[in-house]
Amino acid sequence: MAWTEIVFQYDGSFDGFLCCIYESYLNKEFPIAFYGDEECFSLYAVRLVITEHEHARRVLRSIVKRSARAAELLQKVFLTCMEDKELHLYAFVRKLYAEGSRFLKNQSDPIYHPLVKAIRHMNGELEKLRGFVRFSDYNGVLGGEIEPKNRVLPLLRGHFCSRYANESFFIYDRTHRELLLYAKGRSRILPVDALHLTLPGEEEMQYRRLWKCFYETIAIRDRTNPRCQNTHMPKRYRNTMTEFLPLDYEAQYQGAIPPKTPAASANPAVPTGKSALEIPPQSGRSAVASAL
Amino acid sequence: MELLDKLAILSDAAKYDAACSSSGVKRQFQAGRIGNTSSSIAGCCHSFSADGRCVTLLKVLMSNACVYDCKYCVNRRSNDTRRATFTPRELAELTIGFYRRNYIEGLFLSSGVLRDPDYTTEQMIRSLRLLRQEYRFNGYIHAKAIPGTSEELIYQLGLLADRLSVNVELPSEAGLRSLAPDKTVSAIFRPMGQIREQTAQSKAELTRYKHAPRFAPAGQSTQMIVGATGDSDRHILRLSQSLYDKYRLKRVFYSAYVPVVEHTLLPSPDTKPPLLREHRLYQADWLLRFYGFRAEELLTESQPDFNPRLDPKCNWAVGHLEQFPVEIMTADYERLLRVPGIGPTSAKRILSARRVSRLTFEDLKKMGVVLKRAQFFITCCGRQRSGLRFSDATLTGQLEQIERGELPPGEVEQLSLFESAG
Ligand code: SF4
Repeated sequence: MAWTEIVFQYDGSFDGFLCCIYESYLNKEFPIAFYGDEECFSLYAVRLVITEHEHARRVLRSIVKRSARAAELLQKVFLTCMEDKELHLYAFVRKLYAEGSRFLKNQSDPIYHPLVKAIRHMNGELEKLRGFVRFSDYNGVLGGEIEPKNRVLPLLRGHFCSRYANESFFIYDRTHRELLLYAKGRSRILPVDALHLTLPGEEEMQYRRLWKCFYETIAIRDRTNPRCQNTHMPKRYRNTMTEFLPLDYEAQYQGAIPPKTPAASANPAVPTGKSALEIPPQSGRSAVASAL
Repeated sequence: MELLDKLAILSDAAKYDAACSSSGVKRQFQAGRIGNTSSSIAGCCHSFSADGRCVTLLKVLMSNACVYDCKYCVNRRSNDTRRATFTPRELAELTIGFYRRNYIEGLFLSSGVLRDPDYTTEQMIRSLRLLRQEYRFNGYIHAKAIPGTSEELIYQLGLLADRLSVNVELPSEAGLRSLAPDKTVSAIFRPMGQIREQTAQSKAELTRYKHAPRFAPAGQSTQMIVGATGDSDRHILRLSQSLYDKYRLKRVFYSAYVPVVEHTLLPSPDTKPPLLREHRLYQADWLLRFYGFRAEELLTESQPDFNPRLDPKCNWAVGHLEQFPVEIMTADYERLLRVPGIGPTSAKRILSARRVSRLTFEDLKKMGVVLKRAQFFITCCGRQRSGLRFSDATLTGQLEQIERGELPPGEVEQLSLFESAG
């Protein structure tokens, strides 16, 4: 029986994606596109995939059996912002099933290379954010926000939970509308539609002043080099960094990034739409308070 | 004096020290203590200042009052400038406050010489002890060891810090004698030797029992000022090499001299800092540490300074064309590393990939090889890159053209200075 070309529609989760692979092999259907929960205007037939954790587990196990590294790669790439990443990942899994894991030795392999590139991009962002995340002290709870392109929160989790193990803290991802919460040795990530921060107290303001002063002073004027500065610290990171923000930025800034164009939010892997609906209609701040 | 003023004075006075990495030590979180150094293994930048330099540590002096009179330094005794001194508590609270907010990876503490080296180091020890013991700070600390300090005090300092550094400052004894009359070569190298011994000893003891005291686990570094004296690049690079060999230094930092004072023995105040030269020294230093080059290969007695128009590796390669081209499918790791445009990471990728596939030039690009440089020096499966045209006579010019497109604007300016000069 020949394979039919088809569009997959699924819930945007990693398990959901694994279930697409499962259904694909079960029904001999080859994906030409993946959609999340948004409207899907395809002329092709659409296979609606319901996430079954048992199926997801079986697919993952079959991949681990061939290569544990491939499985890890799959999970990581799924967090990246690569365009059409499901199609790339699907092709990758197909090749793995057909040929085994030997091609993983060659980074220039046409199926493997796009994944390598996506991960390099994400790792770059991750490395920068370990340093660029800025916390403020909100009544003893540390809090910060980021605007990453990739869904890096799960990967930042270990680093910050270990560094600030004694603290309570949160990091809000404005792009993907997810909140990482940590207190007393336990952390979790939950979808939160918007986060409204209140202005912190005078001690926090004083630290912001001190840091801005240090940051300004430490530069050597005879060596001013904006090009070098921009390469190492692209402008897009500065929206959430104390040294580039007004002292009382909470008073001026309102919550999450508004969704830009439908095209920008059409990336099916970001489960924003659905998850956000599950959040009770309370403000982000009180969600934080109750979660801590 | 307000804390804000103190911070402004004491960070301003510390900023000419180039060392700002936090690398080389991995300490996990410990219950009841603040922070870890887990992202410090490779060095973690927390910001970049307007000059494009990485900001990773709270880099300050404990005090900018100094009884010495080094001619090139803003803090010298004879300079009329505002003086300030942190109390140990101010310093500890500042460090903790910045660290909690993820502004910094830790503290870099240096100081002017207050009364004498021992007294100054005692004050630094008091500050660091307060920070480590009362404030339970578990992040990164880099402390400056002041030449002339007694062995016992340096030992105590090393028990509190992750890294120590003794600055060579001026790359020759003559330079020191004329510009830093209070310092001597032997006073600089004595503590370096001590730090090397005690770091090694502490490492050895730690393998035997877990709770042995840790002495400067991230080793030591130093910095040299480039362009304040007439020393050649070859002289500087050979000095670095011997510091790596003899004293097991982790890093040598180079700092282009920024004229901060007027003095007959120094370049005039309107001289631009020699950034291009500093850049070339860092590139060459990299070749010493990760590419297996020796200083003598890169610079000779007849050519003691770097070619401003070519990076040191290309410059070496065009002088050794008899060793090229290198065949990608068969050359060993060391040979691959010598090709301009191939680094340790891409060389390893090539070794792995060629076992499963015949590589093309396009493949090399995907593996991170900088093909526009490498193409002149390699063959792939016996063939040169198609469409490539060059001869031994044109090669240097072609490489210079590529290099010119990549230098930051300020350094291109310096390049044109060289060109108009000859
Ligand atoms: S010892 Fe020399 S270099 Fe150090 S602060 Fe004093 S004058 Fe400056």
